[in-house]
Amino acid sequence: MQTFVAQVISGLSTGGIYASIALALVLIYQSTGLVNFAQGEMAMFTTYMAWSMLNAGWGYWPAFVGACLFAFALGFGLERLVIRPLETAPELALVIVTIGLLTIFNSVAGWIYTYTIKPFPSPFPAAPIKVGFMVLNPQDLGVVGVTLLMLALIYLFFHSTRLGLAMRAVVENPVSSRLVGIRVSWMLALGWGMAAVVGAVAGLMVAPLVFLEPNMMGGVLIYAFASATLGGFSSAGGAVVGGFVMGILENLTGTYITLVGTKLKLTVALAVIVLVLLIKPTGLFGRAAVRRV
Amino acid sequence: MNVAHTSKKLLAAALTVALMAGGGVAAAWAAQDEGVTASEIKIGNTAPYSGPASAYGTILKASAAYFKKINAEQGGVNGRKIVFISYDDGYSPPRTVEMTRKLVEQDHVLLDYGPLGTPCNSAIWAYMNRHKVPQLFVFTGASKWGDPKGHPWTMGWQPTYSSEGMVYARYILKNIPNAKIGILYQNDDYGKDYVRGFKLGLGAAGRKRIVMEQTYETTEPTIDSQIVNLKNSGANVFFDVTIPKFASQAIRKAYEIGWHPVHFLNNVSASTSAVLKPAGLEASKGLITAYYLKDASDPTWKDDPDTKEYVAFMKKYYPQGNPDDTFNVFGYASAETMVWVLKHAGNDLSRKHIMEVASNMPGIRIPMLLPGIRVRTTPADWYPIEQAQLERFDGRRWVLFGRLYDASGMNRR
Repeated sequence: MQTFVAQVISGLSTGGIYASIALALVLIYQSTGLVNFAQGEMAMFTTYMAWSMLNAGWGYWPAFVGACLFAFALGFGLERLVIRPLETAPELALVIVTIGLLTIFNSVAGWIYTYTIKPFPSPFPAAPIKVGFMVLNPQDLGVVGVTLLMLALIYLFFHSTRLGLAMRAVVENPVSSRLVGIRVSWMLALGWGMAAVVGAVAGLMVAPLVFLEPNMMGGVLIYAFASATLGGFSSAGGAVVGGFVMGILENLTGTYITLVGTKLKLTVALAVIVLVLLIKPTGLFGRAAVRRV
Repeated sequence: MNVAHTSKKLLAAALTVALMAGGGVAAAWAAQDEGVTASEIKIGNTAPYSGPASAYGTILKASAAYFKKINAEQGGVNGRKIVFISYDDGYSPPRTVEMTRKLVEQDHVLLDYGPLGTPCNSAIWAYMNRHKVPQLFVFTGASKWGDPKGHPWTMGWQPTYSSEGMVYARYILKNIPNAKIGILYQNDDYGKDYVRGFKLGLGAAGRKRIVMEQTYETTEPTIDSQIVNLKNSGANVFFDVTIPKFASQAIRKAYEIGWHPVHFLNNVSASTSAVLKPAGLEASKGLITAYYLKDASDPTWKDDPDTKEYVAFMKKYYPQGNPDDTFNVFGYASAETMVWVLKHAGNDLSRKHIMEVASNMPGIRIPMLLPGIRVRTTPADWYPIEQAQLERFDGRRWVLFGRLYDASGMNRR
């Protein structure tokens, strides 16, 4: 029982990590209709920016805000400079470009900051909280809380602001949106900027747990993809639920199913992707895209 | 008839003499393989000066500086200057192959000294043995390099992961009678090598003390789940075979959830600055690891003449390098072993003879190895260093304790 509870708690906290990156993936998918493979590496890179600011003597919160602003500019700028010229290119070309960005960010971070791990400060208290036989790490709780908070903000933004409505409209039907006066390409850039900010916050929350290094997000991205697929790429809430489910599922199969054990934990994530795509391609909470012809 | 017979005999005798003379010429040629002239010995190398493993690059820079010192102070080896050609492979096996072919086929080096990295050496293993070029003192801890029958041109240098694992096992058997052992290892050859040596060292009875084994993949973001399982298994001894990032996580997580086993940390991750500091020095207190080199920053060696000489060498020949970085000690000590082999090969610098000398090192003393450690090989045992001493982290630095452990023999198949 004790092991079970401890594994569920540990699964929730790693699930929080997956959920936060899955959220950024889904956000960019919702606002541009594109899957961004460089999402994790952009988050890692902006976390390094925050690290540089902290090293330059900034306080935690100024560095936090600074990193978010940098992330927004980075996402926005990338869309304008790299993605925009390929607007009419097939989707495959865009996928290749984002994979290219992935390797570029990874190598540049390694080149500038080296591959040695760096401790990253946490805004939450360090002392573990003991509840009965359970030990809760405030940083883990923080990751979960911040992810849920971001989810709420994104929901509010998309459903109760004019800008959010405009962004949703652009993805649904770019031509009609342009006809009613929405500046389509700016909306796409805005989507990139916002997803980068969500990624940056995720990076800042994850780095204290896994330590900052250029490959910090490499493994996370695979699980984030599995989470987003499980929850549904068209549903932000689904992706977050998917993240938590992935985290717990991975721990419990690793602990209790001896056939899986710890040696096949990653395989569980990949099996989830394949199974969901075979059985329910839209994910648990996703809507099928229906188009009137 | 008789005359004819005699003349035939004479002819045969003459032919034999001629053949023998020819053979003699061939032997004289063999004594001077490629890469050797009257004034030079050309040595090649590949190492990661860029990319994710570039921190290791300094090892070969220290070695290069040592060869420079030998050239400057002793005029080289037996009158021949060492020409050291080292290429960057970025720790990428395909580039190792490319650069090694360049060394062998275009630069015509005599041998490949200290190519670095297990995957990189694996990639050129067959090539070197097919071309019969010594791949001498490969810098990796894998235990597969001492195979004189199957791969007679490849030899390691440092203690293998298996030897190190065995040292921990011997200590546990002797000093922790009620040990319940939990193991965490990386699910690849590196992790399995350590565990193999560890189990061999425990023996059949000792192996029953293992209560849980957990593995991880490098793609996993955290190993929290494994640490939780190990804690709940009731283990009071933790054998931790992880690379730096996961070692930091393991140390911190165990401390956070209140698990305080006797924690044996593989030497791969024993760096104070890169692993223990990020994990927290308080959480790192009491860690045990094994080592075989003198650490120049350890006050124990403050007045040690060998360490002083090493520090002076660093200052003069490699001023950009940090003497406290044990990687530089590694490069210095291994280059010294290389020079010993070249010296004792004398004027017969054929590749075959060099391997003969390398496989008959009679227990030589290399100054920057811990006192008592000897570099020893026999034609059947191709593992030069098989001794190590344990050290414990006291919250500030590693402190050596106990006797020297000898794991020789364990690597032989």
